[in-house]
Amino acid sequence: MNFLLDFLANPENWSGPYGIPQRVLEHLEFSGLALLLAALIALPVGMLVGYTGRGAVIAVVSANAARALPTLGLVVLVVLLFGVGTTAPVLIPLVALAVPPILVNTYEGVRGADADLQDAAVGMGMTGPQVLFRVCVPVAMPLILLGMRTAAVQVVATATVAAFVGLGGLGRFIIDGLQTRDFSSTVGGAVLVAVLALAVQGAFVAAQRLLVSPGVRGQVG
Amino acid sequence: MITFEGVTKRYAGGTVAVADLDLEVPNGEITVFVGPSGCGKTTSLRMINRMIDPTEGRILLNGVDVATVDPPTLRRGIGYVIQQAGLFPHRKIVDNVATVPHLLRWDKRKARERAMELLELVGLDPGLAGRYPFQLSGGQQQRVGVARALAADPPVLLMDEPFSAVDPIVRTSLQDELLRLQSELRKTIVFVTHDIDEAIKLGDRIAVFKVGGHLAQVAGPATLLADPADDFVREFLGRDRGIRRLSLVTAGEVRLRDDNLIAERTDVVEARDRDAPWLLVLDKDSRPRGWARTSELPAAGTMAEAALTPYHGFGRDDSLRGALDAAVLSVTGLAVALDGDGRAVGTVSREDLLGGLHG
Repeated sequence: MNFLLDFLANPENWSGPYGIPQRVLEHLEFSGLALLLAALIALPVGMLVGYTGRGAVIAVVSANAARALPTLGLVVLVVLLFGVGTTAPVLIPLVALAVPPILVNTYEGVRGADADLQDAAVGMGMTGPQVLFRVCVPVAMPLILLGMRTAAVQVVATATVAAFVGLGGLGRFIIDGLQTRDFSSTVGGAVLVAVLALAVQGAFVAAQRLLVSPGVRGQVG
Repeated sequence: MITFEGVTKRYAGGTVAVADLDLEVPNGEITVFVGPSGCGKTTSLRMINRMIDPTEGRILLNGVDVATVDPPTLRRGIGYVIQQAGLFPHRKIVDNVATVPHLLRWDKRKARERAMELLELVGLDPGLAGRYPFQLSGGQQQRVGVARALAADPPVLLMDEPFSAVDPIVRTSLQDELLRLQSELRKTIVFVTHDIDEAIKLGDRIAVFKVGGHLAQVAGPATLLADPADDFVREFLGRDRGIRRLSLVTAGEVRLRDDNLIAERTDVVEARDRDAPWLLVLDKDSRPRGWARTSELPAAGTMAEAALTPYHGFGRDDSLRGALDAAVLSVTGLAVALDGDGRAVGTVSREDLLGGLHG
């Protein structure tokens, strides 16, 4: 507890390029970019596979295989491939981490849209894309957002690895603290990561209220 | 008019769902496809709006081969109602009803007005417009399903077991509502059910399918009950088809007798001269008061003093089944025919009611 208070009370930690606000921004930048890239890959694939039922086995198996990849090992591998100095060593592992939950949830949500519902939609003259975007996706929205939320929390917690390869973010406090035996920095950084992850979780819960129809939530107001 | 011309649907693996179907569905009538499960009735319905395409043969909608029409365009011009209503849970009731108008890119306000109009037409409180489907009962949801199918005013309506998932009381009211709507709208309706009673109640024409996708008989309900084409149809109609036939004939045609009606001011002496075991005593407005047994009349006085037994009446618009019910309930074996103001017009016996059926 004292470590944490020392860390937060130190005015040096609150300003400049190595201050908390700057590190939080960096951290959110890596995380946000990784989540965006992951969503751009996983949402269309999940929707398409869920709606058509084609390629489901391949998509789900490879998504689950990607889950098994050790993130740190991947970071090292990408550094060996691309060298230090780019953001690729952070982004690629984070994207690999975020794709599976988004893809699997989107796939399950769209696939699980009630058959009667789709039958009614087709029977009233909706085209394939209309059935997908006007019926299946809105109905699958709670699961899709759950996948996004799981991915976001994992990415925010894992983005600390950026520090291993000389990049910024909250991981710096942890790594640097360990190397200089400044444990207040390590603890402070760890707590900040946890708080940030919770804040992201909260943001998604709020987004749920906006993006999921009350009719699907099963409660009004 | 919807015409099936030599339509066959064969699935990979050889299962034949519909076999060489020739059938005409006339405009402005309810045609019911009925039969046991696996008889191809739903497949036949779904081939009309190309949810399924036939393997052989063709289906004409007012002379146009449906196979030549782009499926979404075809379907937007045909109302479609399914069993579980299939309402979109994420959309408010009003938007559910306006689905096809939205697809047809109607003006938003016009689509909304049309949806409100339809909610009223199917007997729903317009106050439900802003609700979501989960807030409605099964019967209400099914009404919304019908309203949604009617939204763009299509001439043809396809209904695939629309009322089979609701309880019997709600089902009866939905059926009555459909008949009421149809008397106003005169749509060409194809209605699929496995329930023969529903078929007889709703159908102007009934097409009975048997397993393997063969058409067993097409006829109006009265003909179907009176003259089933083969053993399959006879068995499918069930044991009480004779009784059910009675509900299709109105009682307006039965021959009544009126020599057993008697005013309450008539003297009992005069009454005893009537050649009838029971006399129906009428008040001064000709409304029946009850039956008096001729052999147990008081020694003197008027009919007003006679002991009375309750009577059972039927209206001219009731079915023969209703009239027979009244006759069976009465110890006299006679049912009393009443006019619109409750005045007795005459009486009829069980025997005469049943005799009329074969006359």
